[in-house]
Amino acid sequence: MADTPVREVVIIGSGPAGLTAAIYTARAGLEPLVLEGEPSSTSDQPGGQLMLTTEVENYPGFPEGVMGPELMMHFKAQAERFGAEVKTVKASKVDLSERPFKVWVGKDVDAEPTYLAKSVIVSTGAQSLMLGLDREVELIGHGLSTCATCDGFFFRDQEIAVVGGGDSALEEAMFLSRFASKIYLLVRRDELRASKIMQDRAMANEKIEIMWNTSLVEYVGDTKIEKVKIQNNVDESISDLDVTGVFIAIGHKPSTALFEGQLDMKDNGYLKTVPGRTATNIEGVFASGDVQDDYYRQAITAAGSGCQAALEAERWLEEQE
Amino acid sequence: MADADILTLTDDNFEMSLGMEETPVLVDFWADWCGPCKGLAVVLEEIAEEQAGNIKIAKVNVDDAPSTTIQHEVLSLPTMIVFKHGEPVAKIPGAQGKDTILEILSEFM
Repeated sequence: MADTPVREVVIIGSGPAGLTAAIYTARAGLEPLVLEGEPSSTSDQPGGQLMLTTEVENYPGFPEGVMGPELMMHFKAQAERFGAEVKTVKASKVDLSERPFKVWVGKDVDAEPTYLAKSVIVSTGAQSLMLGLDREVELIGHGLSTCATCDGFFFRDQEIAVVGGGDSALEEAMFLSRFASKIYLLVRRDELRASKIMQDRAMANEKIEIMWNTSLVEYVGDTKIEKVKIQNNVDESISDLDVTGVFIAIGHKPSTALFEGQLDMKDNGYLKTVPGRTATNIEGVFASGDVQDDYYRQAITAAGSGCQAALEAERWLEEQE
Repeated sequence: MADADILTLTDDNFEMSLGMEETPVLVDFWADWCGPCKGLAVVLEEIAEEQAGNIKIAKVNVDDAPSTTIQHEVLSLPTMIVFKHGEPVAKIPGAQGKDTILEILSEFM
């Protein structure tokens, strides 16, 4: 451990928040280390949730829209241009109880820490919620998906279901309508949470049929999904729905497992910061992006808070000298 | 970089190429419109370099190999399939971290 250099700042996560923090701290000469995470097919992965999207229409500066993965490649290239070091590894443990802070990657968390840091910026984001039904994990990739852009292609001319009633569910349904012959949108209640513009688009799409007050309760099929059982939430009757694909878009939960017992969290699991700031309960540890945002959850607000975290970290480091 | 060591397969050369390999081959089914595929590609390049001689990495762009993709029941991108002497021995749907992939491969090396 004596040989492990102490970094000025280690950034955990590589979505819009983490990479914006990297751009700012790199330009400040702090030579940030970004632990971008490991590939995964949920949203908890390098580049963050935008890696699972197609066209992003509301990120300022792109009047014609921009592809989510392309936008994130630009973020990363910009951070690297100023000297940020980005590693494709996932933090497996942190010890924030004393300074320098300790960060481990890989499975051996009893070994010496992999990295030491004067300050840490947490931008681990959020990951897709699943329904929690039997055999859910084993069916991912066998008809069950959390990434329409990855898997929609395989459901050409087939009937599929999308579960959820928010913007991301409707975006997925719209995207999938390019391939599938029919999309059942399963909505738990009798209304959608999605924005007006997305609702209008979805309702105008002839391939999308909204099934109100409907929950998916069981996946049927041995090696891949052959159909599903759905429940009508008004009369509680169960029926079969013949679909070969199911896309889940019921929302996200913050990725905070690493910090349990160390960083203060709200009741809903999001990291707590000083109001209007990114400072956490531990001096020198800052939180930005979706991991601490249970309200806006936009790429642009994540990027904004990544900038805030970088500036706060920079000033805090200066004060320590 | 390690690109030279990674095979590119299409419908035309898929079976023939795999049958000829002595070492296990990990085939990565991907597409340029798939975000998570990009993250996985970086990891597979590292594995190709570090495990040269023990394992071969091959890539199939599903847009260039529709029959192969259907034949191997790929329903999700990325999907990795491990082949030994031309036969599929393991299927890994979804992007994974390096340690997980190496653990699965260790069974076949």
